[in-house]
Amino acid sequence: MTDENTQIRDAIKGAIDDNRVIIFMKGTPEQPRCGFSARTVAALQALGTPFAAVDILPHPAIREQLSALSNWPTIPQLFVDGELVGGCDIVTEMYESGELAELVGVEQPAEAPVAAEPAQAPPLQIQDPPR
Amino acid sequence: MPTAEDLKRRIEDAIPQAAADVEDLTGGGDHFRATVASPAFAGRSRIEQHRMVYDVFGDEVGGPIHALSIKTQTAEREP
Repeated sequence: MTDENTQIRDAIKGAIDDNRVIIFMKGTPEQPRCGFSARTVAALQALGTPFAAVDILPHPAIREQLSALSNWPTIPQLFVDGELVGGCDIVTEMYESGELAELVGVEQPAEAPVAAEPAQAPPLQIQDPPR
Repeated sequence: MPTAEDLKRRIEDAIPQAAADVEDLTGGGDHFRATVASPAFAGRSRIEQHRMVYDVFGDEVGGPIHALSIKTQTAEREP
């Protein structure tokens, strides 16, 4: 591993250790650059829990080192208490079941559907699977 | 370019007694949603279950398979 990659990996580890709830995403919470990231960040915002966010887009090595560290191939990735919780699918499922609120230690909001703002949503819309 | 049918077959070949339902979300052969049921998921966390599905495709996820949305269910083991 090059020095630069080692530095990036250490920085990622440090960020995960220093922030109880941290999401690695494409874009920022204010301006997500991918529907999956938008949806995942919307779940965190709906819970009203404080969280840190890292945009992985500025440098490809951030994503490479993150996936190498977490053994998880896709973005976004949510960590709570230093542990990988999952990506968009798992976080959305856990939000809807109330498990995510329990994990981060907040009250489940009474009514707060997880949906990306249309203005922030990219062309791909992820819909709930048919029941 | 992989098709939903390709993904379904590969998941079912790789994971014991798996039944997969794969949908091509955009018709473009790069954004898929897979619903997978298998008794092999029993006793595993969601993370581990999803990793088992991602592992079927290795580096293809994030590459040719731009996005793979996953939902897993633990199925009864067949007698």
